[in-house]
Amino acid sequence: MSKVSNNPQLNANGELQHLLSTEGLPREILLQILDTAESFAGVTEREVKKVPLMRGKSVFNLFFEASTRTRTTFEIAAKRLSADVINLNVSVSSQTKGESLLDTVANLSAMQADVFVVRHASSGAPYLIARHVKPHEHVINAGDGRHAHPTQGLLDLYAIRHYKKDFTKLTVAIVGDVLHSRVARSLIHGLTTLGVPEVRVIGPQTLIPEGVAALGVRVFHDMRTGLKGCDVVVMLRLQNERMNGPLLPSAQEFFRNYGLTSEKLALANKDAIVMHPGPMNRGVEIDSPVADGPHSVILPQVTFGISVRMAVMSIVAGNS
Amino acid sequence: MKLLIKGGRVVDPGSGRDEIADVFIADGKIASGKGKADQTLDAKGLVVAPGLIDLAARLREPGHGYKATLDTEMDAAVAGGVTSVACPPDTAPPLDEPGLVDMLRRRAKALSRARVYPVGALTVNLDGERLAEMSVLAHAGCIAFSQANVPITDTQVLWRALQYAATFGFPVWLRAEDKWLSREGVAHDGEVSTRLGLAGIPAFTETIALATMLQLVRSTGARVHFCRLSTAAAVDMMRAAKKEKLPVTCDVGIQYVHLSEMDLGYYDSHCRLDPPLRSQRDRDALAAGLADGTVDCAVSDHTPVDEDRKQLPFAEAETGATGLELLLPLALKWGASRKLPLAKTLARVTSEPARILGVRSGRIEPGAPADLVIFDPALAWRVEPAALKSEGKNTPFLGYELAGRVRATIVAGRVVYEQA
Repeated sequence: MSKVSNNPQLNANGELQHLLSTEGLPREILLQILDTAESFAGVTEREVKKVPLMRGKSVFNLFFEASTRTRTTFEIAAKRLSADVINLNVSVSSQTKGESLLDTVANLSAMQADVFVVRHASSGAPYLIARHVKPHEHVINAGDGRHAHPTQGLLDLYAIRHYKKDFTKLTVAIVGDVLHSRVARSLIHGLTTLGVPEVRVIGPQTLIPEGVAALGVRVFHDMRTGLKGCDVVVMLRLQNERMNGPLLPSAQEFFRNYGLTSEKLALANKDAIVMHPGPMNRGVEIDSPVADGPHSVILPQVTFGISVRMAVMSIVAGNS
Repeated sequence: MKLLIKGGRVVDPGSGRDEIADVFIADGKIASGKGKADQTLDAKGLVVAPGLIDLAARLREPGHGYKATLDTEMDAAVAGGVTSVACPPDTAPPLDEPGLVDMLRRRAKALSRARVYPVGALTVNLDGERLAEMSVLAHAGCIAFSQANVPITDTQVLWRALQYAATFGFPVWLRAEDKWLSREGVAHDGEVSTRLGLAGIPAFTETIALATMLQLVRSTGARVHFCRLSTAAAVDMMRAAKKEKLPVTCDVGIQYVHLSEMDLGYYDSHCRLDPPLRSQRDRDALAAGLADGTVDCAVSDHTPVDEDRKQLPFAEAETGATGLELLLPLALKWGASRKLPLAKTLARVTSEPARILGVRSGRIEPGAPADLVIFDPALAWRVEPAALKSEGKNTPFLGYELAGRVRATIVAGRVVYEQA
């Protein structure tokens, strides 16, 4: 008795209206975003780092959950597109006064927004917002609960394509706290859509969600076995509050089993790249020599993130 | 007051009777003979059946008047053909003292629509620590004792509560849920919750608690009715428990035999229910268990929630769905999908819940209370807010076309609802 639900991210022409998740996005749209991002890569290296694509448009950064780096990269991306950026840290304003999520959005919408960049602690919150904004307004998910962080997933895809060119011959491992990771989910959907033949998740049973194999991944609990033959190793951040409790005994023990060291990395392919969405916990999920070593592309990821966010914003704003 | 219902298809699930006949009502009871009627209802082409008996409907009084009132929800009940409702004790304050129970019964009686059977709190304030005054509450009119959706975590208290209830023969109605395991969870733990990034409630949350409770039934002899089974494994356990002749019965929310985790779609908060919608395999096992009698009856689990508390991110939305007006069409849909005779379908919402309640209604035979529903089984209608009398418009079935429309509802021989 299932209802047929239309993909809420696409407009009637099948174009990107909102970016809520990498799941359900056709291959063509993923590639359109990556190609557009590539065309912006030059802009960020110029002396005048601006293009006029979004002149006169307003981007509202609507963060219901604290974030510095994601919010900043969205802000830089919007400014490089010549948009006006308004940053709202909602967790300390209206929500504490009891205003509902939809009332907050309706009020901001009355201030003539074009793009809402939304981060929220509850999975699915950007879907609720997308259902209630006006037809010319666009929602970009900047992270919702443990569900999705699509621009992070896209910048990871961008980095992988940049260094590895062809998706269809790769083995990619995602290591650590998959259970709580929106980054992992967004990357998995992107990788499977783009034809990566083997996506692995590695972690203890307590951090691997039930039924994850249905997303098209292979589950490994032993990191050494899981890393064998990998071209790309993505380390996930382990949140402080999950280090001691029912999920894990300690950060030290986690590092012993699942921390990426030079010795473990040697089990992957010789030219493997190491990624991390940041911020890193050195000595918990990753050892400093690896984080700063020749395989690491962690800092380039941050740079790519700006072009990718420029691409997403300009594409959705252009689909009005 | 004498009432004649003429020419309808009379279906009495208890006896299996299904024939075109007249029903004569005198003094609030089904009469054996015939006499001169004060009022005649023409039921040609319609089904005449016992009124529905719903073992779980939240009427939101006392305490939650902003969500719904007894007045609106009693309207919803009779518009749905429901003539008796048992209401769980999770009101505010909970039904843990006789004054509250008495007030609820008086208010319901004054409205004179459906009959209301209060279920008392098993522990004071449903806190799972101190036993409620069960004898006093039973005297005030409570027909059973329950924790609603607030399971007792302390198994010592659960054991003692069952021992105490068994002493006096009071039935206890329990939801099987291990609160430690369901903590923080908002959806069935599986593929869908993983994809949507929602914290999971594993199926064994239910079976672990059920195993504990069945063991306590074995040792105390308490009569226990298990509410809202949600998993295939629990249906199997109930089948074994009944074979063992334990004094147990159980029900399922009618939504659960139609919907699964797949219906969450893109975070449809109308599907935020307690217990959660589970896998398609669980749904099919519940539907089959209801057909073979392992699951004794279906309930609406009516829970009106105001729009503001549903228009929230999935995990923050309040649980529950409106259901009184959907119980009949959803039961018919279930019966039709399993190709059951109408009498067998209706038994799950009439004679079977009557047996669990220990009341004489739920059947059409001389001397039984004249609580009846007259409905058109084929007439389809669209579920939309304006079509519902309940204050709660929250249901996963919004937009569905469902067959089965109530034309008239009769309680104690009085027509309490007639479709305009």
